[in-house]
Amino acid sequence: MRRAYLDHIAATPVAPEVQKAMEPFLGVKFGNPQSLHFIGQEAREAIENAREQVASLINSRPEEIIFTSSGSEANNLALKGLALAYQKKGNHLLLSSTEHQSVLHSGKFLEKLGFEVETLPVDSYGRVDPDEVRRAIKPQTILVAVMMANSEVGTIQAFKEIAFICAEKEVLFHTDGVAYVGNLPVDVESFPVSSLSLAGHQFYGPMGVGALFVKKGTRLFPLVDGGIQEGGRRAGTENVAGIVGLGRAAFLAKEKMKDWQKKIIPLRDQLISELPRQVEQVILTGHPQDRLPYHASFCIQFIEGEAMLLNLDLKGIAASSGSACTSRALKASHVLLAMGLDHALAQGSIVFSLINGNTKEDIDYLLEVFPPIITRLRKMSPLYAQFKEGQK
Amino acid sequence: MIYSEKVMEHFQNPRNVGKIEDADGVGEVGNPVCGDMMTFYIKVENNRLVDIKFQTFGCGAAIAVSSMVSEIAMGKTIEEALKITNKMVAEELGGLPKNKLHCSNLGADALHKAIEDYLQKQSQKEEDEKAEKTVSEKEKPREISCPYCEGPLKGLEEYCRACQIELEECPECGLPRKKGDKCPHCGATRVRV
Ligand code: FES
Repeated sequence: MRRAYLDHIAATPVAPEVQKAMEPFLGVKFGNPQSLHFIGQEAREAIENAREQVASLINSRPEEIIFTSSGSEANNLALKGLALAYQKKGNHLLLSSTEHQSVLHSGKFLEKLGFEVETLPVDSYGRVDPDEVRRAIKPQTILVAVMMANSEVGTIQAFKEIAFICAEKEVLFHTDGVAYVGNLPVDVESFPVSSLSLAGHQFYGPMGVGALFVKKGTRLFPLVDGGIQEGGRRAGTENVAGIVGLGRAAFLAKEKMKDWQKKIIPLRDQLISELPRQVEQVILTGHPQDRLPYHASFCIQFIEGEAMLLNLDLKGIAASSGSACTSRALKASHVLLAMGLDHALAQGSIVFSLINGNTKEDIDYLLEVFPPIITRLRKMSPLYAQFKEGQK
Repeated sequence: MIYSEKVMEHFQNPRNVGKIEDADGVGEVGNPVCGDMMTFYIKVENNRLVDIKFQTFGCGAAIAVSSMVSEIAMGKTIEEALKITNKMVAEELGGLPKNKLHCSNLGADALHKAIEDYLQKQSQKEEDEKAEKTVSEKEKPREISCPYCEGPLKGLEEYCRACQIELEECPECGLPRKKGDKCPHCGATRVRV
């Protein structure tokens, strides 16, 4: 059977050169980077090399990079670490309503500690209005968090503009770059950002490793106490192989990003333009232009996402959905609801996210098998029957 | 795959999909957990279900459940069909993942609602009290359990671990329902004061 992997947002495949770079550190180069001896020092050097590679990807200084176990941990560290370090200055936080749960739930945690957390609304494309940020900043505001791009709908935020507003108001600005970094160029010197998170499995690195950039001179309260790893800002024996893999992936991304985009964008555009042409009542979610190069997301009216995913899986196609039925907690995607979609429409969520290596044949195959799946599921749907009757 | 073979088989080849234009009874239920919908249509002759059709807007489990319910109920008498429980359906399907058990509630409920609808229409014509009674008896749960997954609960103010939802006592009928939601037992939407 033909297979097409269209689930970048879940994980990208590990690049062969990344795997190769990691291998010695899962075997012969097993040293603890904190050891003084030669085998420890070998690991230490590898980590510092990776730090330089990651720093170079976003044009930061190496010492501004803290390695973490994931993008989620990086977001937790930014939100909690900054809020706790600056609580003498104020207790008000502004988070956009489509942030990743690792940001929103960190906000909930901080609320329990007495912080005041306010969410910023988004428009129907999922964008935060920078003027809204300006209006919402209060004298007690210490931190604003707006992501670079959203992985469920692909929308890219006006993060630079928002960063400048925060700088002007002397408020910290955190941005979640997990979906963005490694896929589009980032230069932390070009906009005033306090912290930025990223994760390896979104640009052909390994899972279970991420990083947080923290601007030099920014105080940060550590969340994991213990040793002196990561400059005392994140204790715990390092995941050397993972960090080496992240570094190698960053190096690769810097070099190849443009090539990847060149190949992926036409495929994404083919999907975005053709699917709604072939099937009625299909809505593109997120912004039509300001979106991630690898991202095509839709709501297919009258049917439910999990049923679509199961059918696609049977055809060898891997995708994602933000429908309530697909989530373990049976809750509709907070992103789609924040964008003003109603529950029934959000149920029809389907996300195709491309990876380097996808071909035109993959998209052609998807466009061949997906419409009949939709037709079949719609035939079963009482909502579609109502819609058809209403049309008569 | 998260589902049993049986579920996948029914999901891929659902039986009795569609609508009966001149149905004797129609039952529609909404899933209070995820907001999905299921409609059952029945045709009754000599107290037997001679035709059943359904439409479902929901997940793979919901589709397989509706198909299975229609298959089990086909040809059964009204009394027999009313005895079909959500548990039976889930068992026939070789089990369902825990957080999908609530979808199996939809199936039997929608069928029972269609039968109720049929009986009501009947009783308008002829007073069929016996059948009415069977229906109301059927609706009374015997012990306190989560209305969405049927898991046991300790008190009325509880949290169902399987469904991951907070429950409260319905001010109308006194049974548990999802906090702030429409009551799945009596349909009350009144909020608690
Ligand atoms: S119908 Fe929503 S989870 Fe089954």
